[in-house]
Amino acid sequence: MERIPILKMGKFLLVTIQIDMHDRLALSLQDDLTEMIVKTQAKGVLIDISSLEIVDSFIGRMLNNIASMSKVLDALTVVVGMRPAVAITMVELGLDMKGVKTALDMDRGIELLESMMDQEDSESAQEPESDNDSTKE
Amino acid sequence: MTVQRSDKRLIRTSEDIVMVRQLVREWAKTIGMNLVDQTKLITAASELARNTFDYGGGGVMLIEQVIDAMKIGLRLTFEDKGPGIDDVEQAIKDGYTTGGGMGLGLGGARRLANEFYIDTKPGEGTRVTIIRWK
Repeated sequence: MERIPILKMGKFLLVTIQIDMHDRLALSLQDDLTEMIVKTQAKGVLIDISSLEIVDSFIGRMLNNIASMSKVLDALTVVVGMRPAVAITMVELGLDMKGVKTALDMDRGIELLESMMDQEDSESAQEPESDNDSTKE
Repeated sequence: MTVQRSDKRLIRTSEDIVMVRQLVREWAKTIGMNLVDQTKLITAASELARNTFDYGGGGVMLIEQVIDAMKIGLRLTFEDKGPGIDDVEQAIKDGYTTGGGMGLGLGGARRLANEFYIDTKPGEGTRVTIIRWK
């Protein structure tokens, strides 16, 4: 059975969706990714959708699900590379992606993940630190 | 309105929904539809094809290249012999779902198209037609 490959890149997992997925394939990606987060103890997931020509309600729901499930598993998700025409269409469709963080491209996605992780770290630190990190919000 | 050409596709598996998207994309490109309009039409087609598959138990899509006065566009008709819809107004509302989806299929497709028609009878089936002009 065909699968969307999931690559490990340092502490992140990287998924590049390069084909027009049918619904079952999207569901298996959801399952594979949760398994991989647990197996690799990844702290962040980057999903590159720059090849996707459309995001319909099914794919939108899959992205929402991945973001919520990874959160429960202590990993953060960022969706990168959404095409402008896709963004316009999604809004008109009424797709609510409130739970999903997005970035314009892979570099900014990695930056966003890292800054979100720093923020989590500083929030979980009980004692205020004396170095310059303490001013970071 | 004149039909310039037409074709049909069966919708019986989730792979057929992908085929529908690809066919609509091909035809939209052929008439020179811009990228945003193409994307809207393909997304609407994907929602309606999934409805046909999930709720109608499968069916057929008719795709037609139509001209009306000076306009050219694509008309898509999705037809199934499923259970039909009891309350159409309710079904078009956002967030209404009987299938565990997001409930955006019909309402979303209506917003993404220029024209939207629905004809359904409980126990007999559903036919949804959309048109997007170039």
